[in-house]
Amino acid sequence: MTAATASLPENALREVDYSQVDVARLIGELRAVLPPVALLHDSEDMRPYECDGLSIYRQVPLAVVLPGTEAEVAAVLKICHSVGVPVVARGAGTGLSGGALPHAHGVLLSLARMNKILTIDPLARTAVVQPGVRNLRISEEVAPHGLYYAPDPSSQIACSIGGNVAENAGGVHCLKYGLTVHNVLRIRGVTIDGEVVEVGNHGLDAPGYDLLALMHGSEGMLAVVTEITVKLTPKPQFAQCVLAAFDDVIKAGEAVAAVIAAGIIPAGLEMMDQPATAAVESFVHAGYPLDAAAILLCESDGTPEEVAEEIQRMCAVLESHGATEVRISRDEAERMRFWAGRKAAFPAAGRISADYYCMDGTIPRKRLGEMLTAIQGMEKTYDLRCINVFHAGDGNMHPLILFDANVPGELERAEEFGAAILDLSVDLGGTITGEHGVGIEKINQMCRQFNVAERQTFFRVKAAFDPKGLLNPGKAIPSMNRCAEFGRMHVQGGQVPHPEIERF
Amino acid sequence: MTDIEQSWAEQIREAAASKTPLRIRGGGSKDFYGQQLAGAVLDARAHRGVISHEPTELVVKVRAGTPLAELEAALLAEGQMLGFEPPHFGPDATVGGCVAAGLSGPRRASAGAVRDFMLGVTLLDGRGNRLHFGGEVMKNVAGYDVARLMTGSLGTLGVLLDVSIKVLPLPVAEATLRFEMDALEAVAQMNRWGGQPLPVSATSWMASVLTVRLSGAEAAVTAACARLGGERLNEQAARAHWQGLREQSQGFFGGEAPLWRLSVPSVAEATGLAGSQLIEWGGAQRWVRTEQDAASVRARAAALGGHATLFRGADKSVGAFHPLPPALRTIHQRLKHSFDPDGILNPGRLYDGL
Repeated sequence: MTAATASLPENALREVDYSQVDVARLIGELRAVLPPVALLHDSEDMRPYECDGLSIYRQVPLAVVLPGTEAEVAAVLKICHSVGVPVVARGAGTGLSGGALPHAHGVLLSLARMNKILTIDPLARTAVVQPGVRNLRISEEVAPHGLYYAPDPSSQIACSIGGNVAENAGGVHCLKYGLTVHNVLRIRGVTIDGEVVEVGNHGLDAPGYDLLALMHGSEGMLAVVTEITVKLTPKPQFAQCVLAAFDDVIKAGEAVAAVIAAGIIPAGLEMMDQPATAAVESFVHAGYPLDAAAILLCESDGTPEEVAEEIQRMCAVLESHGATEVRISRDEAERMRFWAGRKAAFPAAGRISADYYCMDGTIPRKRLGEMLTAIQGMEKTYDLRCINVFHAGDGNMHPLILFDANVPGELERAEEFGAAILDLSVDLGGTITGEHGVGIEKINQMCRQFNVAERQTFFRVKAAFDPKGLLNPGKAIPSMNRCAEFGRMHVQGGQVPHPEIERF
Repeated sequence: MTDIEQSWAEQIREAAASKTPLRIRGGGSKDFYGQQLAGAVLDARAHRGVISHEPTELVVKVRAGTPLAELEAALLAEGQMLGFEPPHFGPDATVGGCVAAGLSGPRRASAGAVRDFMLGVTLLDGRGNRLHFGGEVMKNVAGYDVARLMTGSLGTLGVLLDVSIKVLPLPVAEATLRFEMDALEAVAQMNRWGGQPLPVSATSWMASVLTVRLSGAEAAVTAACARLGGERLNEQAARAHWQGLREQSQGFFGGEAPLWRLSVPSVAEATGLAGSQLIEWGGAQRWVRTEQDAASVRARAAALGGHATLFRGADKSVGAFHPLPPALRTIHQRLKHSFDPDGILNPGRLYDGL
């Protein structure tokens, strides 16, 4: 052990063994602070909690707790802290990186019962909600005030706001309206020792370090969130979408850059390559041009005057950058049809391939062409097809690698293909995860993106909140002697987890 | 590591070994801000220059010692700006100082604060380790968000080497309108307009005048002007008004009385503190010139649901920043210790003992 590692918590060096937990004591103590319905420890009862949206990883925990109040959360955490048991917090379980995968020797803490909207202040444009509230429900509840909650991750009908904080969820509109971290003013939570903390403020800032930012995307590793104040945004009066076709993906990438260079921040800016367009067109009949090498969807929102002006500017840029066809949505029905295709990309992939594996790298926009060219080469190297959908406006790509797990060797090749894409994302100046989180899925790629000193810093940051390392151990940040290879999301038999949810 | 980075890393290691404080300083334009200035100066200005700025990426990567004015000029040449409209408080302000102080200007309520635009950072921690977090892309959830943690940390967690910041296009059109009304009505009006799809980019109220800036598409600004009414300022007067607020060069900020900054919910009622006041950020930022004692100012801010900073004042012995509750104070101390175990980086600048 060097001087540099001397001050590190044990979990930074290696995975801690929790197999000697006193289960009888744990259950007994939990029973004393929770109503019977809020404590499950029969393995059949716990089955629904064994995985999140990344269902290739499954693990039944020691116990599942479903606290209904902050006081119960604090009581549970105090017990786990004193017994020395890991705790994994879970929202709606729609995450795609295994962040809510239970710990074999730990407690799974579901926040599903804490699902109340506590207050709505239309004048201040804020709502105070519990972590189990679904993302979309906030917008539905505040709609009568002409307001909505801006971040719209693809799973928004099901995902919880607590989970959104844990992953710093984005969505199609985040280029203009920001990520979760830009739309949350305050978080109340409980640390592992049972202390209630409030970070952020009902004003626009709080004294001291920006712990509010630190909590976002922390994957349940720092504290358990019990209450969130979200910022609400006035609903735009009007939206219109432009569909532009290109005969070359590089040109489409350049057009994306040109739109931004023209000083336009579109409400949404999405790109699909030809194989993706073909896959969805046969599925939803969005009316996409099938001969195009790539299509762009470029949306404007605001007042009718503003939208008219912006759409005109967007069209001028797209046409002067080689669009072979530009269509402007004539009405709301057509706008929704333009989007329907993009939103159907995941299920469409499931229709044309037995399995697919979804990636989530982000790269600088200017490298999109390079990445696409490289992916075309990888298709030959790994002898697998890949269809590409992008949040082009912010460089976040979701390549879908198509394979068949029943064909020997295809799963392994798909995983190698995916790893090659993530490696290239890092090499191009990007990141291994834009919005799905590291969880268990990309923990080995973290070893590539961050050096030892940086990973040690992460462990120290965690220890500032959780000195014993009991919150979600083994996730997000790999220990020093464990940068082992893990599998990743793939979809069995064309079945996407939560098939009812649109993914994009 | 470059030569400068190398020499700073050595300087930090030596300081750590001898437990001698280092005072990280850019242009010194914000020396007045925060608490004590302790230690030998580490002059951050030597590490300067824009590393990359590609307008189509909406990202600029810049060395922390770069003059803020130089960065803004480079952005302006490409029709872009820093969305958070940071104050300079002097011609020598640096980008690093801007991030470390975490101060945002008139556009904050609509566009966001410094922290909202931070994408990545390279720093030297208190061990002399060169660390990089975040990146140059808009979406990134790999690891904890240390880049945003650096904003407003006043150099107590590390020496910033370079930062990557999201930038915004300049608005196509702007207009500034004035309305006569009292403070109570102005706060209500700011909040009402904030809840409508209007292109409001800044608001201020002082001495019975509410001033509103609109920024956006030509059509949107024209339509909003017609709808809101009021008296439209000419371009020069408008620029002078917002610049005077941003740089605190206008009359309200002159004189010797302590200047308090109250950060409160936008709908908070009147502060009720003795002295003159100026309201910004849609009601969420209230500047007060008052001789009232710190405890009562802070109690009032807390009662309104916010916090109070002694922004400028001769006597900082009462603490520049609002005291932290014990649980948060513990987390702050542990974070400080994790980045700077020997407590040598700007000790006491943010809080005593930090």
